[in-house]
Amino acid sequence: MQEAIRETLNARRLLCPLPVIRTQDKVKQLNTGDQLEIICTDPGVMHDIPAWCRINGHKVLETNSGNHEYIIIIEVGAK
Amino acid sequence: MSKQRKAVALISGGLDSMLAAKIVMEQGVHVEGINFFTGFCVEGHTHAIRAQDNAKPNRNNALWVAEQLGIKLHIVDVIQEYKKVLINPKHGYGTHMNPCLDCKIFMVNKAKQWIVENDFDFIITGEVIGQRPMSQTKSKMPIVAKQSGADDLLLRPMCAKNLPATKPELEGWVDREKLHDITGRSRKPQIEMAKQFGIDDYSQPAGGCCFLTDKYYSAKLVDLWKAQGDKDYELDDIMLLKVGRHIRPKPNFKLIVAREEGEGRFLQGYKKEFISMHCSSHPGPLTLIDGEMSAEDLYFAARVVARYAQGRDEDQVDITITQKDGSERIIQVKPFSKAEVLNEWHV
Repeated sequence: MQEAIRETLNARRLLCPLPVIRTQDKVKQLNTGDQLEIICTDPGVMHDIPAWCRINGHKVLETNSGNHEYIIIIEVGAK
Repeated sequence: MSKQRKAVALISGGLDSMLAAKIVMEQGVHVEGINFFTGFCVEGHTHAIRAQDNAKPNRNNALWVAEQLGIKLHIVDVIQEYKKVLINPKHGYGTHMNPCLDCKIFMVNKAKQWIVENDFDFIITGEVIGQRPMSQTKSKMPIVAKQSGADDLLLRPMCAKNLPATKPELEGWVDREKLHDITGRSRKPQIEMAKQFGIDDYSQPAGGCCFLTDKYYSAKLVDLWKAQGDKDYELDDIMLLKVGRHIRPKPNFKLIVAREEGEGRFLQGYKKEFISMHCSSHPGPLTLIDGEMSAEDLYFAARVVARYAQGRDEDQVDITITQKDGSERIIQVKPFSKAEVLNEWHV
């Protein structure tokens, strides 16, 4: 079994839906069970990325915010 | 057993495309959504930038619609490809810089490519005859179908009964009798249909979902093209047109003055690409300077910046000028009076 990896996506300064689009593109390159940490500055991602995850079967593991940055960690669902 | 048919619905985030997708889903077709991001979409942007808009729901309506319908949504970045649509629209512009007909043809064409690549059967749009003067008239509907290459694979469930039958109808993939014949600009039939489907929360943006239909945004875009001498643009250019006061006192430079805290924070992110100014002796907004300037122009711009600071009535204020490399210097200027900042400078 392939070991799960964790990658980081820098989506700072991008406004929605671009962080969602970049997340979508990055997830295409990952495997089920891999984790992706997305770092953003648009507060809209706190709604949009979880919504995108829900409709596409991915899991939000953690959300954090502070100092005008928003960090979301997701786990890639079944493809 | 008959094959499970699959359709992709163009989802804008508004009610019509939501209903169109729902109508086809009700007939047992597998539907997924597609949303194209041109860079001019109203969705998400300004409320994300402006702190004072935080009371509004920070949601992307296309994603929200997809979640309500229980379908997947594919958001496609078409920023680069969209340039040729906007810069040279075959069918021209609408009232402002909106190339609506070319835009619709472009998006349906992209959806056609998508269904071929993903083995889907047809395309759904929420178009209604007579809803929009430029792209949604009875005479324009066949143009969109033909010039996009979608032809009879393009189904408009909201007004299908007023149009020739398409392949999904002729082949029995959907029942034409269960489609609709809505025309005109009234929203009553859509609101009634939403009620029947149990949909009670939906977005109905008054000015549509595109900044290019906005008079003031269009004026800024035209100004940008005029100043740079060609019609090209990058994403940052068109994002900045959504933010701040744009003031062009002279043809060779423009000031972008933050109107509130959220915009100021957003403009901070551009300090490595633009010379910036702020009043350092009194509270005042961050301002980006776009253009090539002489020392005299810089002084002139500083007086404009001073006008928007709290020391606007003082004889002299300090303005900090920050170069792209981060180096700073402070100059003392007398703020322009209200009358000296001419109305025609405001883009």
